[in-house]
Amino acid sequence: MGVAIHVDNVTKAYGKNIVIQGLSAEIKPGEFFTLLGPSGCGKTTLLRMIIGFNSIEGGEIRVDDKVINNIPTNKRNMGMVFQNYAVFPHMSVRDNVAYGLKTRRVPREERYRRADEILKLVKIDQYADRMPTQLSGGQQQRVALARAIVIEPEVLLMDEPLSNLDAKLRVEMRNVIKQIQHQIGITTVYVTHDQEEALAISDRIAVMHGGVIQQIGTPKYIYQRPANEFVSTFIGLSNLLDATCSNDTLDFGCGYRVPMTTLRPGVNGPVHVAVRPEEFTIHQDGAPGIPATVQSSVFLGMTQHYFMRLEGGKEIEVVENSDLTDILPDGAKVTLQIVPHKVNVFDAASRTTLIREEA
Amino acid sequence: MTKRRYSPIWTFLALAILALFIIFVVYPLALVLYKSVVDPTTNGFTLENFTRFFTRKYYTNTLKNSFSVTIVSTLISATLGLVIAYITRQYRIAGSKWLNIAIVVSYLSPPFIGAYAWIQLLGRNGIFTRFINGVFGANFGGIYGFAGIVLVFSLQSFPLVYMYVSGALQNLDNSLNEAAESLGANNFQRVTGIILPLVLPTVLASGLLVFMRVFSDFGTPMLIGEGYRTFPVVLYNQFMGEVTNDSYFAAALCVIIMAITLVFFFLQRWIAARHSYAMSALKPMQPRAQRPLPKALCHIFVYLVVLIALLPQITVIVTSFLKESTPGIFTTELSLINYETIFSKNPRVIPNTYLFGLAAIALVVIFGVLISYLAVRRKSVITTTVDTLTMLPYIIPGSVLGICFLYAFATKPLALTGTAAIIIIALTVRRMPYTIRSSTAIISQISPSIEEAAVSLGASEVRSFGEIMLPMMMPGVISGAIMSWVTVISELSSSIMLYRASTQTLTVAVYTEVIRDCFGNAAAYSTVLTVTSIVSLLLFFKLTGRRDISV
Ligand SMILES: Nc1ncnc2c1ncn2[C@@H]1O[C@H](COP(=O)(O)OP(=O)(O)O)[C@@H](O)[C@H]1O
Ligand SMILES: [Mg+2]
Repeated sequence: MGVAIHVDNVTKAYGKNIVIQGLSAEIKPGEFFTLLGPSGCGKTTLLRMIIGFNSIEGGEIRVDDKVINNIPTNKRNMGMVFQNYAVFPHMSVRDNVAYGLKTRRVPREERYRRADEILKLVKIDQYADRMPTQLSGGQQQRVALARAIVIEPEVLLMDEPLSNLDAKLRVEMRNVIKQIQHQIGITTVYVTHDQEEALAISDRIAVMHGGVIQQIGTPKYIYQRPANEFVSTFIGLSNLLDATCSNDTLDFGCGYRVPMTTLRPGVNGPVHVAVRPEEFTIHQDGAPGIPATVQSSVFLGMTQHYFMRLEGGKEIEVVENSDLTDILPDGAKVTLQIVPHKVNVFDAASRTTLIREEA
Repeated sequence: MTKRRYSPIWTFLALAILALFIIFVVYPLALVLYKSVVDPTTNGFTLENFTRFFTRKYYTNTLKNSFSVTIVSTLISATLGLVIAYITRQYRIAGSKWLNIAIVVSYLSPPFIGAYAWIQLLGRNGIFTRFINGVFGANFGGIYGFAGIVLVFSLQSFPLVYMYVSGALQNLDNSLNEAAESLGANNFQRVTGIILPLVLPTVLASGLLVFMRVFSDFGTPMLIGEGYRTFPVVLYNQFMGEVTNDSYFAAALCVIIMAITLVFFFLQRWIAARHSYAMSALKPMQPRAQRPLPKALCHIFVYLVVLIALLPQITVIVTSFLKESTPGIFTTELSLINYETIFSKNPRVIPNTYLFGLAAIALVVIFGVLISYLAVRRKSVITTTVDTLTMLPYIIPGSVLGICFLYAFATKPLALTGTAAIIIIALTVRRMPYTIRSSTAIISQISPSIEEAAVSLGASEVRSFGEIMLPMMMPGVISGAIMSWVTVISELSSSIMLYRASTQTLTVAVYTEVIRDCFGNAAAYSTVLTVTSIVSLLLFFKLTGRRDISV
């Protein structure tokens, strides 16, 4: 089941402009692998190198043990789902789905039988005879998905397939995609700039920035143990606080010192502590902590958000589970403590993590 | 290697097309350029032809005349086109659908037919002239020269401006109007401050198209100009004339007129590039209600202009069914004699027109689609070169292209003079830039990922082009082809240079009959042409479901 994809030290240049340099990644058989990063970081470029729309200027890409650099796209047996669906507007839904089988010279009857089967799987079999213009965006995306998987490709590639859908459909479709991928167990590379979507759908995520993979890991690991400041601020929200570290203790410089158990041995000197909004505790009784003033607050039902200002003027966000107690008024002075085992610590110079691997 | 590797077949195709263009466009042009500066006796370089032109008042006057009629006609056309487009978009005009068709029809007939029809009406012996002179005892000698030329060109060209501006107005979102009004603008301020500036680039662009067409047309001034000689008339006479026939001097004239059209071509591009607003209306302008008096005035104005513009067509159709007593004088007796004559005289004229037209359209469509596909989707040095070269015919007036072809293909190995092929090729070359432009627009609207999807599903590039791109382009291409067809069958200026008795087409036949004062035959030929155009046009509207047209 499934093939492995080895991306080995690949380089991509458009003319003199090097977009990706020496990038490597291992994608495991049958896994749902997501390329996540801000717009322009090279996700599409990498995906298109895998399917063969982009040439590869250096390194190689292997599917299992076969180097595919010079195999033309139409011989690669990979299915692709495009952002704009790219459904053929002059063919019925069924003909769209059967097209890949037609190019593979599958006899007509079998073609339609298999197309109908897949249409059932993606739950649009009742529209088989319609023309694509008569379908909604979500339905067209299901056609695109059906068309890509009916050819039983070795690899399924998707480039921001949900970004043209409205918010509600997006959630619905991502569950459809996840479930179908699971059902057929196909190695899938998925591109998105939406971190929530990536967290929800992926087995593993590669966070990209500036053509470089910053970190590869499970959604949970990437969220909880980001490898560097970029990942920590791109995935979810992180407040970065200045501190110094010595003898496994963080000193925030206002009399607040926190002993740590998760740090690598021998960490010494200035650090940045990344604290997610929910990793603070708020104290009004003058307990030791980082002094802060409430600027404004938002009540969101399940959670209570505060926007606060630290003494140096830094703005931060703090989240509490909502409670029956009163909401802190604007201007209230509080102290903030952190949850030591959850926070991440980065070297102030290299901005990479100082947390021990297994912690 | 920075780009994706494409199949070599595209390069091969691009090279083949490039070779054809070099043979049929670049080579004839280069030959004319060469002839214009070579001394026929010594074979040395000379500017003698140009000095001769620019130092003789006889010749420079023709340039002055050409510019005068062209500028005045262009201004009148632009004003009429703009005003009528605005009225029909902004107000509810009864029967506007038919008005639209009528305007397009009046544009589609060759200008010289307008000239000869106006001679029937306002010429020395014209119906109106005789009426005016009879009733008022005046001594009106007919509308010839400057006034006649301007009349014909203005009425024939304003539809072009109308079509462009009407399209632009449709793309103007009504919220712009509403925003202006909410900010306190009155009607006048709204029109001059918002609408006019937004459509002005379109007016200018279409005005320059009119300018280039009018400037290089020779049929009209030839027929109605009499003593008023314009540049294209001199060019035609210089080349075809029996008395003076200096092909080297004619070549120089070709170069001069191409230099002028080239300047205006770049001017047009420059304006289009500087002032194009990407507009697409979510909610187009809604027709507004009007008080009775302005409403009546608008109706009268629009209908009057359209009626006058259609008069030549009407005249031609009516006279085609009348018997002539002496050449040029029609009786009121209805008859089909004119049709009998034209069908027995040269029965090949109509089949020729249809055959050449269809052949040219087929070639234009095949090459147009291929070239624009290569230029948009397979960008390379070669395809860009081809794309640029195909714009060349745009600046070559038809008569000049005809002359180029006569020079280039008179002798072996490409002795094409007098064949059907040379006419078909000329028609193809002339229409090519327009088809490429519209195909390019069609291709740009198809997302590249559609083709990539096909390739990812296992189709080869050629297969995805054939099974995905072509069928998707087809509706747009077909409607473009119908419009090309209508323009191609009414083409005169290159065919008139290239025809022989066996390759006569309808427009050529009309022209030669007019020259010989056989107005009855001319009217019958002309009616066949008009009916063909109208039927094609209705087919276009039916097939596309559109009400607008771009030429
Ligand atoms: N065809 C191209 N030619 C030149 N540069 C390109 C091309 N495609 C993408 N780029 C550049 O490569 C970089 C990465 O683009 P892309 O892979 O599309 O980013 P993403 O998909 O992550 O938004 C961008 O800086 C973009 O400008
Ligand atoms: Mg992208």
